[in-house]
Amino acid sequence: MAKRSAPEVNAGSMADIAFLLLIFFLVTTTIETDSGISRKLPPWQPEEVEPPVIKQRNIFTVLVNSNNQLLVEDEEMELSELKEAAVEFLDNGAGTGDEACSFCQGAKDPNSSVNPQKAIISLVNNRGTEYGTYIAVQNELVAAYNQLRDREAQRMYGMTFTQMEKNYNDPNYNGNKDVLKEKIDVITNMIPQKLSEAEPTS
Amino acid sequence: MSKFKKKKSGDLPAISTASLPDIVFMLLFFFMVATVMRQNTLMVQNKLPFADQVEKLDKKDLIMYIYAGKPSKRYQAQYGTEARIQLNDKFASVEEVQQFIYAERESKREELIPYLTTALKVDEETNMGLVSDIKQELRKAEALKINYTTVVGDAQQNVE
Repeated sequence: MAKRSAPEVNAGSMADIAFLLLIFFLVTTTIETDSGISRKLPPWQPEEVEPPVIKQRNIFTVLVNSNNQLLVEDEEMELSELKEAAVEFLDNGAGTGDEACSFCQGAKDPNSSVNPQKAIISLVNNRGTEYGTYIAVQNELVAAYNQLRDREAQRMYGMTFTQMEKNYNDPNYNGNKDVLKEKIDVITNMIPQKLSEAEPTS
Repeated sequence: MSKFKKKKSGDLPAISTASLPDIVFMLLFFFMVATVMRQNTLMVQNKLPFADQVEKLDKKDLIMYIYAGKPSKRYQAQYGTEARIQLNDKFASVEEVQQFIYAERESKREELIPYLTTALKVDEETNMGLVSDIKQELRKAEALKINYTTVVGDAQQNVE
């Protein structure tokens, strides 16, 4: 008896099936990841705690009203000027003795902050403030901190702070991460992000 | 010997399409691996504000999403135009935020709980009153790591 070969299965429609699946996944794919401004909230304190006494000169108040207008240190200000004003405040470095700031390049105004470690930015917004404005203000203040940190990191380690953080979070970075972490810690200790948010006024 | 002799013909042989499925499958697997399905259907308007000092949010399984904004057009007849919170697939009140956080924590492995981040996807026209209410609830629930999700761009565009 002649050996009969098995009939060949027609695979011509396989491509159609695969295309169908491919198009489905093409449509449902979202490759981009979310990004945003990360913050840490203060822990909840049920009873009223006496706030620590902070010298007025070390506080930089930013008020945002319900018409999205800014009042910075009792003066009206445009959003575009906020970053510069915040940098000026943080970098003032008028302290002497224990509070002296070795790296500040500011004007050493006796009515402004003594040291970036002592300086606090206080942000108060109204319940009617738009979220977009709030984010813009947050963004400018974070930008002010980053600008100072970049400057100091560049001076001390020849690399900007943002680049250092980027390298640290990069899993493919082939430098020494422990050394990098130490450097990042030094910079964050020099210029800590002290951004306080009060409960909104109504 | 004639068995192995090729037939001589003038016309070109048809191009074999047998490898086409392989190529398509390769693409298919790429997209299957790269795909992240949208978790929630949006019921609120969600035009995110711009910012440029942003950090990337990796590890999508460690993020809890809270949406807020005006209800979308088709829900406005039912829910009005006042900004609302959306948790999972439904509108929620401020009090339900704590419950939501606890439920999310319950569904995660215990060692991952400290790394959970709350992503606030809030429409840029929302009033800060609602956002601070959410923040107060998050503080009560001890979900202190938050991220204001934004679109990368110049923050100046928010105020115009």
